[in-house]
Amino acid sequence: MIALDDVTIGYGTGPRAVVAVRNLTLAVPEGQAVGLVGESGSGKSTVLRAVAGLISHATGEITLAGQRVDRRRTTAQRKMTQMVFQDPYGSLHPNQTVDQILGLPVVIHRLDRGEARIVQALAEVGLGREHRYRFPHQLSGGQRQRVAIARALILEPRILLLDEPTSALDVSVQAEILNLLARLRRDRGLTLLMVSHDLAVIAHLCERIGVMTRGLLVETTTATAMANNHVTHEYTRELLRFNAGFDRSSVAP
Amino acid sequence: MSAPLLAVRNLSVTYPGDDGDVRAVRNVSFTLGRERLGIVGESGSGKSTTGRAIMGLVGHPGRIEADELRLGDTDLARLSEHGFRKLRGRRIAMVLQDPKYSLDPVMPVGQQIAETHRSHLRSTKRDARRAALEMLEAVHIRDPERVYTMYPHQVSGGMGQRVMIAMMLIAGPEILIADEPTSALDVTVQTQVLSILDELVRSRGMGLLLISHNLHLVSSFCDRVLVMYAGQVLETCAAGKLSEATHPYTRGLLAALPRLGDRRTELPQLQRDPAWMVDLA
Repeated sequence: MIALDDVTIGYGTGPRAVVAVRNLTLAVPEGQAVGLVGESGSGKSTVLRAVAGLISHATGEITLAGQRVDRRRTTAQRKMTQMVFQDPYGSLHPNQTVDQILGLPVVIHRLDRGEARIVQALAEVGLGREHRYRFPHQLSGGQRQRVAIARALILEPRILLLDEPTSALDVSVQAEILNLLARLRRDRGLTLLMVSHDLAVIAHLCERIGVMTRGLLVETTTATAMANNHVTHEYTRELLRFNAGFDRSSVAP
Repeated sequence: MSAPLLAVRNLSVTYPGDDGDVRAVRNVSFTLGRERLGIVGESGSGKSTTGRAIMGLVGHPGRIEADELRLGDTDLARLSEHGFRKLRGRRIAMVLQDPKYSLDPVMPVGQQIAETHRSHLRSTKRDARRAALEMLEAVHIRDPERVYTMYPHQVSGGMGQRVMIAMMLIAGPEILIADEPTSALDVTVQTQVLSILDELVRSRGMGLLLISHNLHLVSSFCDRVLVMYAGQVLETCAAGKLSEATHPYTRGLLAALPRLGDRRTELPQLQRDPAWMVDLA
């Protein structure tokens, strides 16, 4: 469903140029969920943005649903991949009601039955009719993230890209959103590509996990192998160790 | 154990609101000795407000009430703003979440550390500078001379947080309040910063109050944990035994955490019991 072949993405020119993602090859079969973990600056969000079509200068090949995508995407290609961002406070327009936020993609993509789609999208993410004419500041963090998910789903994408979808949320709200994402994925047969720094969150939602550091995909493994400590790369081991919590004995000063 | 460094009995913080008063903290009691005490809770549970109340940082129109709020032999409940100014940094210090926002962006970091030394210990410029360099070394910064002259935007998040810790500890406070000190940092850097915090707090015999939403972190780092919900302490337990917590709220939070190696199709969602809102005291 998603295939990246030898993708390299750099920013800047001259001496200040950085290569954010280096020769990355990754495939996500239809209906699967793949997660990327790594420290900040490892290039994991850049990969997501490239798949979403937000980066136009990537070299290498990106194929979505068997179609190679160009720098300029067709409306249909854009409709196919939708993204949910980390911070629901920053990703929703503060002066637009939920109704306007959900209505805009329908208008842009010239879809029919706008009204019905909005009502359905709200119901699917567990929001009531009373939320429809509210502004983002009148909603809680979890409700806002539900609106962001509804906005992505209203276009009926086949691929959902998730950039740290729960890291701004409390533990109890995180559980609700993770359950919602798991259910939507089952019901709609969505293909997921998700980025997070939280190994447990990634392993909960994704079968396969890619580990990135300094722009390189250093290891691809399964959630089960990760849980059983069957990993090969040193950086993955380090991540696993830190994931277990603070350990006085393991810290070398 | 000897007399506690900090004693808090029935602390309440109230903010007036349009629909009556909002009680952000309700009858919180605890003592802090030379130990690491954690406060966990979700956003809005009053954990940060508790920390700020101890520092005297609840501004108008918020009100603080307490039967006892005592740091050593100083009664914080009756302390003037002037008294607090002398006390903050010198006897209680606070590390906040994000060094990007808590450091002065237009002053080299070394000078900021030295400034604390100068204002609290009335030292000369040269002594303050020397102390700041020593402190930078104590937080494991490799090239203190170079870092001393750097501006906050030139240092990484982990280094910024170590600078903050250096600044907070330079005047030798008895108590350090760390409010989400590592939430803005990468996991790998988190451990470094925590171990530095741990090392310094132990070697100086300080009391540490660690405020965090991260249950894993608090239970693996602290000695004791207070669990807060809606402004109240619902439960206190030994940190290593957090998994044996008895309160349904704590149990609900722990169950809602995704765990590596335990894939569940559904995470149990927290069912909030209105009874948790009722005043305990």
